[in-house]
Amino acid sequence: MKEHYTGTATNRVDGRAKVTGEAKYAAEFEVPDLLYGVVVNSAISKGKITRIDTSAALALPGVHQVFTHENRPGYTWLDSHYQDEDSPPGSPFRPLYNNEIKFSMQPIALVVADTFELARYAALLVHAEYESQPHETDLEANLPKAYKPKKYKSPPPSDPRGDAPGAFAAAEVKLEEAYAHPAHHHNPMEMHASIAIWQESGKLTIYDKIQGVQNSQKYISNAFGVPQEDVQVISPFVGGAFGSGLRPQYQLFLAVLAAKELKRAVKVVLTRQQMFSFGHRPFTIQRLAIGASADGKLESISHNAFAETSRFEDYNEDVVIWPGVLYNCENVEVSHQLVGLDVYTPLDMRAPGGTTGTFALEIAMDEMAYKLNMDPVEFRLKNYTDKDLNKDKPHSSKELKECYRQGAERFGWAKRKMEPRSMKEGHQLIGWGMAHGAWEAQQQEAAAKAVLSPTGKLTVSSATADIGTGTYTVMSQIAAETMGIALEDVTFELGDSTQPKSPLEGGSWTVSSVGSAVKLVCEKLQEQLLKLAQKMENSPFSDAKIEDVSFENGQMFLTQAPATSISLQAILAQDEGQPLEAEASQKPDKKQKNYSSYSHSATFVEVKVDEDLGTVKVTRIVSAVAAGRIINPKTGRSQILGGAVWGIGVALEEHTVLDHTIGRFMTHDLDKYHLPVNADVHETDVIFVEEKDEIVNPLGAKGLGEIGIVSVAPAIANAVFHATGKRIRELPITLDKLM
Amino acid sequence: MRPFTFTQAQNVDTAVREVSSDGAKFIAGGTNLLDLMKIDVMQPSHLVDITQIALDTIEETEAGGLRLGALVKNADTAYHELVETRYPLLSHAILAGATAQLRNMATDGGNLLQRTRCYYFYDTHTPCNKREPGSGCSAIKGYNRDLAILGTSEHCIATHPSDMCVALAALEATVHVTGKSGERAIPFADFHRLPGDTPHLDSNLQPDEIITSIELPAQGFARNYTYLKLRDRASYAFALVSVAAALELEGNTVKEARIALGGVAHKPWRVPEAEALLQGQTASRENFQKVAEAYLQGAQGFGHNNFKIELAKRAIVRALEKATKMEATA
Amino acid sequence: MHTENSPGTETAVRPLLPETRTVTLRVNGTSHQLQLAPWTSVLDALREHLHLTGTKKGCDHGQCGACTVLLDGKRINSCLTLAVMQENKEITTVEGLAQNGELHPVQQAFIDHDAFQCGYCTPGQICSVIGMVNEGKAKTLDDIKDLMSGNICRCGAYVNIVKVAQEALEKNTGL
Ligand SMILES: Cc1cc2nc3c(=O)[nH]c(=O)nc-3n(C[C@H](O)[C@H](O)[C@H](O)COP(=O)(O)OP(=O)(O)OC[C@H]3O[C@@H](n4cnc5c(N)ncnc54)[C@H](O)[C@@H]3O)c2cc1C
Ligand code: SF4
Ligand code: FES
Ligand code: FES
Repeated sequence: MKEHYTGTATNRVDGRAKVTGEAKYAAEFEVPDLLYGVVVNSAISKGKITRIDTSAALALPGVHQVFTHENRPGYTWLDSHYQDEDSPPGSPFRPLYNNEIKFSMQPIALVVADTFELARYAALLVHAEYESQPHETDLEANLPKAYKPKKYKSPPPSDPRGDAPGAFAAAEVKLEEAYAHPAHHHNPMEMHASIAIWQESGKLTIYDKIQGVQNSQKYISNAFGVPQEDVQVISPFVGGAFGSGLRPQYQLFLAVLAAKELKRAVKVVLTRQQMFSFGHRPFTIQRLAIGASADGKLESISHNAFAETSRFEDYNEDVVIWPGVLYNCENVEVSHQLVGLDVYTPLDMRAPGGTTGTFALEIAMDEMAYKLNMDPVEFRLKNYTDKDLNKDKPHSSKELKECYRQGAERFGWAKRKMEPRSMKEGHQLIGWGMAHGAWEAQQQEAAAKAVLSPTGKLTVSSATADIGTGTYTVMSQIAAETMGIALEDVTFELGDSTQPKSPLEGGSWTVSSVGSAVKLVCEKLQEQLLKLAQKMENSPFSDAKIEDVSFENGQMFLTQAPATSISLQAILAQDEGQPLEAEASQKPDKKQKNYSSYSHSATFVEVKVDEDLGTVKVTRIVSAVAAGRIINPKTGRSQILGGAVWGIGVALEEHTVLDHTIGRFMTHDLDKYHLPVNADVHETDVIFVEEKDEIVNPLGAKGLGEIGIVSVAPAIANAVFHATGKRIRELPITLDKLM
Repeated sequence: MRPFTFTQAQNVDTAVREVSSDGAKFIAGGTNLLDLMKIDVMQPSHLVDITQIALDTIEETEAGGLRLGALVKNADTAYHELVETRYPLLSHAILAGATAQLRNMATDGGNLLQRTRCYYFYDTHTPCNKREPGSGCSAIKGYNRDLAILGTSEHCIATHPSDMCVALAALEATVHVTGKSGERAIPFADFHRLPGDTPHLDSNLQPDEIITSIELPAQGFARNYTYLKLRDRASYAFALVSVAAALELEGNTVKEARIALGGVAHKPWRVPEAEALLQGQTASRENFQKVAEAYLQGAQGFGHNNFKIELAKRAIVRALEKATKMEATA
Repeated sequence: MHTENSPGTETAVRPLLPETRTVTLRVNGTSHQLQLAPWTSVLDALREHLHLTGTKKGCDHGQCGACTVLLDGKRINSCLTLAVMQENKEITTVEGLAQNGELHPVQQAFIDHDAFQCGYCTPGQICSVIGMVNEGKAKTLDDIKDLMSGNICRCGAYVNIVKVAQEALEKNTGL
């Protein structure tokens, strides 16, 4: 019997390392003679440093150096040398470049000392004087200055289809509203950290918190003019990232700078407060105009987004693609404009654009459903599309209808009364709401290497990451199943820049990209195994082609004559006990080009809202997800559960508040920036709807990192409306907005 | 964190002597002091560890009350049998605050002296009169969602963040302290200060004084009480508004009412005249609403926190309803 | 003695650094003698001095619970206490839970229920579940959720963490 590892709920293969504390995160590697760096940040949000006095810090015994713009070595200062795989168009921020301050909390110095405590103290003694210039951080106040970027980071918003304004004017039922999504910070539990180790040879070994070691490797190589082969970046475990690790953050640059200059090993760990000093999900205002016929057919959608970006890079994300993906409407017009502010460049954060765009679109659609007096699911079914209308291509698979059906059934949606405020229990108003969402299933080129040892142990590697998504486990499952060997006999290695090339871990594409490469490399090994077996004397496989053989239980056999079999170990014994090696790179298949591929979700939510006090409790969530093949239902379910928790945070809690008087984020710690806690989370149900997809990639899997979050926040907001009759269009929905 | 010297005191006298040097501070649980030292908001040059001093018991007093040693942990206080049965309001208030971990560390004395959670107080790069007298108050015109609506001054609108203290105010506890000039007892209402033009002073405790105990009077309101805490998430968040409500009822008539508000002022907020409105009245929503109106007389919002005025009123009504069991106590 | 250090004004004065002293920490049943200044937290002593990095730093300010360890069986945030104040106490970290290579039942339950993703909050969550069982105050599901709220999980593994906690309470798997 063939063991089916994929599709089977499997415990994490790195679970033991994580529950015993053995798993080492970036800051935790034991390095001899380590120095500690602590970053000093700017007090002002815009202007110039007029004086920076480091003498008091340097006077402390044990302080090795204080790096500032005045004494930093003269490295390359070309923009392109600071761009990384996730850079938006523009001129990347360069730490300690000059005396110019571009955003509040900008790093202005790095203190390096013998111990962490000493460096932390010395950092307090660095004295900076500034000349402030007027700053602008207020998106709303600066909306008139919005512009269309010359170059978009993601594909530019699609051209108009049909005549949206005309159809809107003629529509029988109309909605015109604005929606505000505040700035958020990723706040993975592990703070960003790097250890840079300088070696006599001039080589650098670096431990970094990053979602792609090769991105850090290239960045450091370019920025410091060190050949790529002399930079090794290692990151076996990442304590969450959610996008914050897509770009190398400034602690990496500073650690390397200090290590090179001091010819030592230097560790720089950001503080939780400093986790608010770089990329964030941008504050975005969206204006939606929707028109429909009286019987609920969508006639027109205009979706226009205005988002903040920094003065130096044009960050944008896919906020306005969702009408074309989710709704059948002939007249659609979308735009995405930016407002340059004195803040750091925004940065992709879990389901970038999807979270923001779906929130607005799905609340607006709920509003339409109410104007039309139509059940929200029925309204969506009426305007269902089989095609991705942005690209005018069919979906490679789309089981969204099944998500509605199964989700609604599990939730008991049929019992819902349309009127708001129709359910009550004591002081608690009860509301039911729903929303749906999508996330693109992408595949990127990725490579993997496989080594099969004479004892039958398989080691597969690729320079990808596991940020909690289960990469170690899922790749091991794919390899074990493809090779037909036991899961225990497979080791998957990742997070080392010397491994085969892998894309950044993001956008939910790791399983499809790296997983496909893992499958391919195992198939290559199989071809080699067959060839080896054919070299045996009187080989029963001598005429066999690779299509004729199968691999199961550590054996290769003729598919038509299973009795003709040989163990992999026996084959390898042929080769004088040499391990067998293969490397392979997998690109997206051409046939994908004719299709669009998205995972989909429908989320149903129950909330209880206190009629006097405005407190909201999300008592029930049912998330039905169609995402192709689920390689590991156990870790996959965890991804969706985590997405639901994120949805609660987005809907009710998270908000990085900017004080525009000083141009500074003020909720810059975990006391003031509220992440959901255990007591915020109640019944949460995940349904994986079966979805067959032979086009999306060789695995048929679409990825689960983002689809779990997108439809949760709007479903909560819609449930709050159903409970209270109050439509909140500005997140988070805090109690004051409901009183 | 700046360097400091460190000693451990074995008794109250040594502690008081050692804290007399300039820049010296006691450290108990450390949960507030170390937090603030790490971000340079507090800069003591000497720490006197008082956790070895035998002030860690809860004892009954002759007056029929309880004496909580200053070094008893918040968790041990909340779960103490006598506190749970005779002062459940206090138990509930403590358990509404912080987390299991923090309550295992935090001491009763330290809880009284925890400092405000004002955003700007916590960020040394912004002006703040409490942290740096005379530098200005960033919150008044800045972001002030969490800040005070009652008893504010033009110099500071910070709140006292404790939950425990709100219950202690309602229970009319007494704080016992010892300093160089001996012992004294401070009624709870006089322990904390309003900001006025000295916002850097949170309490009337003198720098050389140590809290030795907190005394609870006999009356515990164990039958009709509620601690209602409203916050931005279900746990592990400071109060936007909290209400400690305690009633003595005779049938449906209020004999005595105690109401203290948290999250709205520089100290737990009591308005005895407003409480008196309930005396001899029936426990009804209407009467509760009257009290709530009276309680918030003179409240002033600063923009982001305007909602607290109405929220506090509704919270008072709800808390009183719960306390009278017009609604089951949660 | 210590000279007040207002930034930038003390270039001539060399401020004194705190003197180190020998501090004996008992961690997972072993006594360790460390040369520490009073400003070293238990968390930094564990991570930087003893290289016991299983205990995590997620905020350094008592705001996340990643640094949770057991002190004489009860949970505390090791970031907010000084090492010099915890001599002669029994500190248990995640590294001290497995016995002879056999995982503590709560550790095994975290794997079986997939009660983590990135794993960074996990050592704190595990110590917290064990502490919660030891402390004996959780009776209902709501109690569990509240008493486990001192451990933030940004990956959002709460639903599964609660399952582990319920199981640990039922089986009384404390320390
Ligand atoms: C993230 C977080 C969340 C929190 N949430 C809440 C909450 O929701 N509600 C709540 O009420 N609290 C909350 N707290 C605060 C916590 O309750 C206090 O930090 C704690 O009570 C302080 O006690 P301690 O013993 O640790 O004090 P320490 O930090 O040791 O000391 C605090 C101050 O009191 C002084 N001091 C201590 N003991 C004495 C004494 N006996 N005599 C004289 N001076 C003394 C010290 O010198 C210091 O100035 C929270 C704390 C944190 C970190
Ligand atoms: S309210 Fe008080 S604590 Fe806050 S900034 Fe103003 S002075 Fe400082
Ligand atoms: S690191 Fe101690 S609570 Fe966050
Ligand atoms: S598992 Fe990642 S923070 Fe909890």
